[in-house]
Amino acid sequence: MEISQLVDYLRNYDGKPVRLMEVCGSHTHAISEHGIRELLSPKIELLSGPGCPVCVTPTAYIDRLIELSLEVDTTVVTFGDLLRVPGSKESLNEAKGRGASVIMVYSPMDVLKLARDNPLRKYVFAAVGFETTAPVYTLLLDRAIEEKLDNIRLLTALKTMPGAISYLCEKGANIDGFIAPGHVSAVTGAAYFVDLAEKYHIPFAVSGFSAKELVVAIFGLVKMIEKGEDKVANYYTSVVDLEKNEIVEAQFQKYYKKADVAWRGMGILPGTGLMLKEDYAHFDAGSAGLDVDNKKNIACRCGDILMGKAKPSDCPLFGKVCTPSSPQGACMVSQEGSCNNAFLS
Amino acid sequence: MEKIIMEHGSGGRATSELIKEIFEAEFDNDVLSEMEDAAVVPGAEAIAMTTDSFVVTPLEFPGGDIGRLCICGTVNDLCMRGARPKYITCGFILEEGVDIEQLKRIVKSMADTAKEAGVKIVAGDTKVVEGNGGLYINTAGVGFIPSGIDIKAKNAADGDVIIVSGNIGDHHATVLSQRMEIKNTIKSDNAPLQEMVGKLISNNIPIHVLRDVTRGGLATVLKELALASGNNFEIDAENIPVDPQVKSFSGLLGLDPLYMGNEGKLVAIVPKEYTDEALNIIKECKYGENACVIGNVKTPENESETGTLVLNTEIGGRRFLDILQGEGLPRIC
Repeated sequence: MEISQLVDYLRNYDGKPVRLMEVCGSHTHAISEHGIRELLSPKIELLSGPGCPVCVTPTAYIDRLIELSLEVDTTVVTFGDLLRVPGSKESLNEAKGRGASVIMVYSPMDVLKLARDNPLRKYVFAAVGFETTAPVYTLLLDRAIEEKLDNIRLLTALKTMPGAISYLCEKGANIDGFIAPGHVSAVTGAAYFVDLAEKYHIPFAVSGFSAKELVVAIFGLVKMIEKGEDKVANYYTSVVDLEKNEIVEAQFQKYYKKADVAWRGMGILPGTGLMLKEDYAHFDAGSAGLDVDNKKNIACRCGDILMGKAKPSDCPLFGKVCTPSSPQGACMVSQEGSCNNAFLS
Repeated sequence: MEKIIMEHGSGGRATSELIKEIFEAEFDNDVLSEMEDAAVVPGAEAIAMTTDSFVVTPLEFPGGDIGRLCICGTVNDLCMRGARPKYITCGFILEEGVDIEQLKRIVKSMADTAKEAGVKIVAGDTKVVEGNGGLYINTAGVGFIPSGIDIKAKNAADGDVIIVSGNIGDHHATVLSQRMEIKNTIKSDNAPLQEMVGKLISNNIPIHVLRDVTRGGLATVLKELALASGNNFEIDAENIPVDPQVKSFSGLLGLDPLYMGNEGKLVAIVPKEYTDEALNIIKECKYGENACVIGNVKTPENESETGTLVLNTEIGGRRFLDILQGEGLPRIC
């Protein structure tokens, strides 16, 4: 079938209403970037799940980063998307305005040069991310150990996806199908999601990030739902293997252990986090127990939105008090956040 | 003498030597060589004035450097009001430790670019501060506006077409590649646009709006123009020119070329009947070969819906674009 035929099918779809969820921030962004929602029948609803790593990070983590960045001998190094995320009182950017030492980088590997050049200063990297980003921190640690750099630390907020998907399925978000995260699947292999599909009788479509790839994946999901199938279909074959990726699995096990961690708005989910093992605790800037989530604005509904129970427009703050220039919650800050994308599309 | 030291800012002998050997050697012209406290130059009935500061890091990058950048930036700001750029002043703030060979290269690059753009550098100043080899330049520029020319955001009118003068995102991608030490062949587009604007005006194209597409990128510039003119703009993704290498580079990093900065690209908004003529003129200019018509201006019937910028995506979806939010990339110019 031509892509235009798939688009026509999805535009004119008149079957049972379906709720599809993507759990990858890059998908959230791509769906908005390509205007995919506009192409779909009102009976196909796309929901953005907890796929944006910044959005699921509790405020206690941001507060801890700020605390570190204000220590005289410490610099916090971070990706740009974390700078504007509100902690319980302020963001890193605001702290920077009153003297906090914060450096924005595009790659964690930039920390190596900083640490080499200023051996008396401590550099804490804000290691936020999912399965996709964890390997880069592994590489960073490999290099830090190799070069004997003892002034690098990680403040980890690393999470893995399957446990969160289980939680969503069990807590009644009424999802009919998942657009499986393309990047995560590229790292782990698509088989990572097979057990979930079977356990919850929900189909998964592994998708790439172009408009066409997303249309194909959505079409595939709708078809699987119509047929009552609970398979994992891989529509991102150029990048994703079906098999589990043993190398990555081994890498995870080298430095990290599974941990119970808090997801913003969802609470502590058992076994869904990665923490540095005891042997590497000297690299840890105090990542354990950062579970508290004190909303900056009590009315913020990020939690419900992340779980597909509410749409961004259902939140009383959305588009009024809460906009990308005055974000009340992380979902409005990040380029991958559901509220940010809903606001901008 | 290899590095700048505090003494170069003393106002005494070292300062004189610095000015003589580096700045005068390159910038020499009849006005500057008078060495008075202020430059005296002929005027015009309507002049355009602008000022800009340049803090880019790294100081030199493929396709340009802070010297070329500061002339282009100032020249282009003047051009965007239809002015013919005439005079530029420059203030250097040098941190101790600046490499003098590098300073010479930057100053020569400024002189060459000023020559290319047809402007005279008529006044200057140098200060030295403590630090670690940083270099900052502030410029001011004056241009003469030909009579009858009135180019401003508010002039955008229903039915006008939107032209962009070439590939977007190049400068941003260049600076970022350098900082991340990523090897590629992407080059900055920093260039003076006085030829392009001059030819549009001398060929009697009734230009409504000109804007150079710098920080914030194309989407930010167009959204600001839509808001300022009270119109709605609609652009087509498939017509927006992006170099394939910049496209894949930005894709890898999760950046959107629509929000990436340039230093030698303009947006021209002209009446529909002048589309082909304006496009051809731009394409024939030195820095305009990839120019494209990317969209058009619509005056909404309902006043509450003004100022929108809509992107028609390649697959037929529609995306509302806003101005850049957040950091972008600091210190690209």
